[in-house]
Amino acid sequence: MLTIQFIPYQELATLDSAKKIAKLLKIVKEQKIVMLEGKLKSSEEAELIKKTMEEIDHKFMGIEISSIAATEQKAFKEKIRSMLTTLLLGNRQGFTIIGPANLVKEIKRDPDKIHLFIHDEKSKKGIKKL
Amino acid sequence: MIKKFTRFFQNFFTRFFQKRKDLKLGLYGPPNGGKTTLANRICTDWLGQEMGAVSNIAHETREVQVKEHVEIQSKGKTLKFNLVDTPGIATKIDYEDFMKSGMQEDEAKERAKEATRGVVDSIKWLDDMDSVIIVLDATKDPYTQVNITIIGNLEARKIPVLIVANKIDLKKSDMKRLEAAFPQYKVLGISAKFGKNMDDFYEELFKLVK
Repeated sequence: MLTIQFIPYQELATLDSAKKIAKLLKIVKEQKIVMLEGKLKSSEEAELIKKTMEEIDHKFMGIEISSIAATEQKAFKEKIRSMLTTLLLGNRQGFTIIGPANLVKEIKRDPDKIHLFIHDEKSKKGIKKL
Repeated sequence: MIKKFTRFFQNFFTRFFQKRKDLKLGLYGPPNGGKTTLANRICTDWLGQEMGAVSNIAHETREVQVKEHVEIQSKGKTLKFNLVDTPGIATKIDYEDFMKSGMQEDEAKERAKEATRGVVDSIKWLDDMDSVIIVLDATKDPYTQVNITIIGNLEARKIPVLIVANKIDLKKSDMKRLEAAFPQYKVLGISAKFGKNMDDFYEELFKLVK
């Protein structure tokens, strides 16, 4: 059974980067796909990759991750509005998907939408598109 | 605020004094983009010797490699730097993928372990770079989180970046897709393997590290 866990921005907002990453990785290692409101900082993404690498073993192969920012390729006026919202409410725009690599085959950006492909032993190709 | 202020001055002084030493020019990117092939091309062109081994199997480079005192010339100007070839950055490493390439299980597991350490080292080395060339496979999807994460981290550190679309000799290569993915950057198409567009590449290096 496929489990997708939605994490609202507020749930991570008060955590520091290390705790945020530990929490995300813990959920992913429980074989769940995380759908996170907002985006991680680039330094947090790098740290997430580092921590993931440190935890890889014969059971855990790593993660698949992709994020989309709501502000990408928008008009100047909308970008300003987004920046103000971010200043007031935090960076909750866009979303991020993180899944365990043994479950998620690939996450593709198209570039404005995200396709998530999961491993499916029963299908002929071994891949199922969500 | 104080942190930002301190970091600004740290960066300023670090960069100011580093200018007097050889610059560190890093090659970054996902696995199998051709970083070592490009490093070999640069070293062969200017030093007459290769830098590292290349293969079609991902994560061939699993340790950061540095070639010191590389000196290149273009249009009467000289540029000196230390070339840093880094292991490819990935979010997953499955030892079974190596077994599909013909490796025994133990060898594949060991390679996977080394590859994970290589990714960690690559990320750690980001702080030491003065300029970075991101080497992407022009035949592959550029919209990956690894690419976005590398660029985001370089932007945050204010490290100058040149994106190189490698393997343009292949029919599947798509320069337009890469340019569309990174509109704010110069994307230069090359074939490190066959030396295509290398003169343009060396000219861009001078602009990158000026």
